[in-house]
Amino acid sequence: MSDTRVTVAKTYKLYIGGAFPRSESGRSYPVSDSRGAFLANAAQASRKDARDAVVAARKAFGGWSGATAYNRGQVLYRVAEMLEGRREQFAVEVAASEGVAPRRAQSLVDAAIDRWVWYAGWTDKLAAVLGAANPVAGPYFSFSMPEPTGVVVVLAPQTSSLLGLVSVVAPVLAGGNTCVVVSGQSRPLPAITLSEVLATSDVPGGVVNMLTGRTAELAPWLAAHGDVNAIDLGGAPASQLVDLERAAAGTVKRVLRAPATEPDWLRVPDIARLRAFLETKTVWHPMGV
Amino acid sequence: MDSTVWEYAPAPESRDIANLRASYRMFVDGQFVDGTGEPLKTINPATGEVLAEVSTASTADVDRAVKAARRAYDRVWGKMPGAERAKYLFRIARMIAERARELAVLESLDNGKPIRESRDVDVPTASAHFFYHAGWADKLGYAGYGPDPKPLGVAGQVIPWNFPLLMASWKIAPALACGNTVVLKPAETTPLTALVLAEICQQADLPPGVVNILPGAGDVGAALVNHPDLNKVAFTGSTEVGKQIQRDLAGTGRKLTLELGGKAANVVFEDAPLDQAVEGIVNGIFFNQGHVCCAGSRLLVAESAADELLAKLRARITTLRVGDPLDKNTDVGAINSAAQLARITSLVAAGDDEGAERWTSPCPLPDKGFFFAPTVFSNVSQAMRIAREEIFGPVLSVLTFRTPDEAVAKANNTPYGLSAGVWTEKGSRILAMASRLRAGVVWANTFNRFDPAAPFGGYQESGFGREGGRAGLEAYLDV
Repeated sequence: MSDTRVTVAKTYKLYIGGAFPRSESGRSYPVSDSRGAFLANAAQASRKDARDAVVAARKAFGGWSGATAYNRGQVLYRVAEMLEGRREQFAVEVAASEGVAPRRAQSLVDAAIDRWVWYAGWTDKLAAVLGAANPVAGPYFSFSMPEPTGVVVVLAPQTSSLLGLVSVVAPVLAGGNTCVVVSGQSRPLPAITLSEVLATSDVPGGVVNMLTGRTAELAPWLAAHGDVNAIDLGGAPASQLVDLERAAAGTVKRVLRAPATEPDWLRVPDIARLRAFLETKTVWHPMGV
Repeated sequence: MDSTVWEYAPAPESRDIANLRASYRMFVDGQFVDGTGEPLKTINPATGEVLAEVSTASTADVDRAVKAARRAYDRVWGKMPGAERAKYLFRIARMIAERARELAVLESLDNGKPIRESRDVDVPTASAHFFYHAGWADKLGYAGYGPDPKPLGVAGQVIPWNFPLLMASWKIAPALACGNTVVLKPAETTPLTALVLAEICQQADLPPGVVNILPGAGDVGAALVNHPDLNKVAFTGSTEVGKQIQRDLAGTGRKLTLELGGKAANVVFEDAPLDQAVEGIVNGIFFNQGHVCCAGSRLLVAESAADELLAKLRARITTLRVGDPLDKNTDVGAINSAAQLARITSLVAAGDDEGAERWTSPCPLPDKGFFFAPTVFSNVSQAMRIAREEIFGPVLSVLTFRTPDEAVAKANNTPYGLSAGVWTEKGSRILAMASRLRAGVVWANTFNRFDPAAPFGGYQESGFGREGGRAGLEAYLDV
């Protein structure tokens, strides 16, 4: 092969319902690396794309929440396997997106892979750790178990393009929820490449829907959407936080508020993000002969 | 021998037991003081008579109470060892039990609920709630929220009128066990038992300011939940007000839990033990006059069993005795207020207008007070208001289904998700239904069971957060 070969550039599209469509609006926006050099055009999702993504997430909810915890764990572990296989590619993309040195990019990718493994192992422990047999004062068997909240909107971190994204999406999936993710606005390329990994990891179509575009444009529609059960405001613009929380109150959504600054995603997580998108269901039945 | 029916003789509990006083005052910083709000008169909904005058809080009083709670948190309660906090809660549990009769009669007078229920459910469960949470106070490190979970600080709590003492206990006991101090607003129409609970706190030597109780109407509640020095807000009441509170608290970072309305489906399969199911349906919708957020207000019955079930149900409902809440034979007491009676009446009229078939129990009703005869609507479709809106009264809407899938789809066709019921003899069906119903509590072959050890709370627009059990502690811990 001659060294003058022209590379095949990738078209970065949305990921909705297991497919990779362009934005129905026909819009795209240029994405640059940390020094301002052009990397690619990303799809600029519209309100309609966001709604389509919610429909896809709702449609996928029954299957994903109804899958056995063991199965969900295997699928999430499979994501780690697929990511491991594309480790170099992600390191290059993360380095370009975040402007970090190659070694640092590699360690961020490795942490992202390990995070999938960590959450994969949680799926079939949650009920044991968060559930209970309730010793009620009467002739009843009463037990409580965690169940997924439903369709979760994730406004992904704006800084950490892969590790931050994985750290907020994996716990949502591990609990059995489906999600609509709005990727970091100016660093969306690793999110789309991650979608390619998800699409080939036995994650059913619609379980994760990835939107790229302007967070501030999409977030208000998603925060107010009647078929969304919860929202993670982590990547929301500070100027919108109050309004988004207010909009979420319209249907009593669970709101995971944004921390003052983006966390250090390399820190070992706890189960707070799992708990944030789980409900407790209590079941009673009489005992007697 | 011209009748085979034995009539009940009246068996009223004596109202003297309630130790009713002419006036009650709010409780701030360990003292009963006059509020500077406009005093309210609380009435007996079974007769319309004024029971007592109750002083209410002004905005300045709310501020005083929050300050007292803050001082108590900073100086005493927040740093008290859990084992010591526990002993106060155990004391309160015991004292509620000791004054159980008084509290039960007072509750029935002020709220209108049958003495049988206040005596057998509200008061003992309130005591149990303190006893249960007392035990947690020094064991929080075992609750799964880390080795040493911290309290939040000062909690503002607003509760409804349907279970006045019990809701106060649901709110205060876990908050105190976790090391928080509280300012609680009881409902405008039912402030009395919460103020007796305040007296119990005083007699238990609870440090001043740990519990503050401010009677008043919605404006006092709004002033409380919006007070800038709170760390936590807990609200039980309507979904409409809950949404408003969630909106108001946007951007404050204050922890919030909401226990809101419901429109529970009670699903009866053709193989259900029908006689037991009838008892469960009756308990599900007529317990506490249907003033229950988790009431089984939508009966979903298998089409093939509908006629037989409805016949049995009507026969059973006909035997319910509606009347004097203090009579130990009374099954259904008084509607809590004229406003609530008007709401029930208007929703029932909507049921008529939209073409549902109404059946009303022929039971005699007292000629004064607020009463509503047990009512069953059949031929209800999902679009009707009586199938969608929370009536909060003794009104049951009956829908039918043919397949389990249809039952699940109809049961889940609501923005609420607080509770649900399943009636069937088939164990595998119970478990499958229990996992498919999107509700925080599922009662199988039973209904309306509550226990401090069993988490309670809703999905979707029925609110978030749990009360009771290990899960309920999260609401009052900084985790």
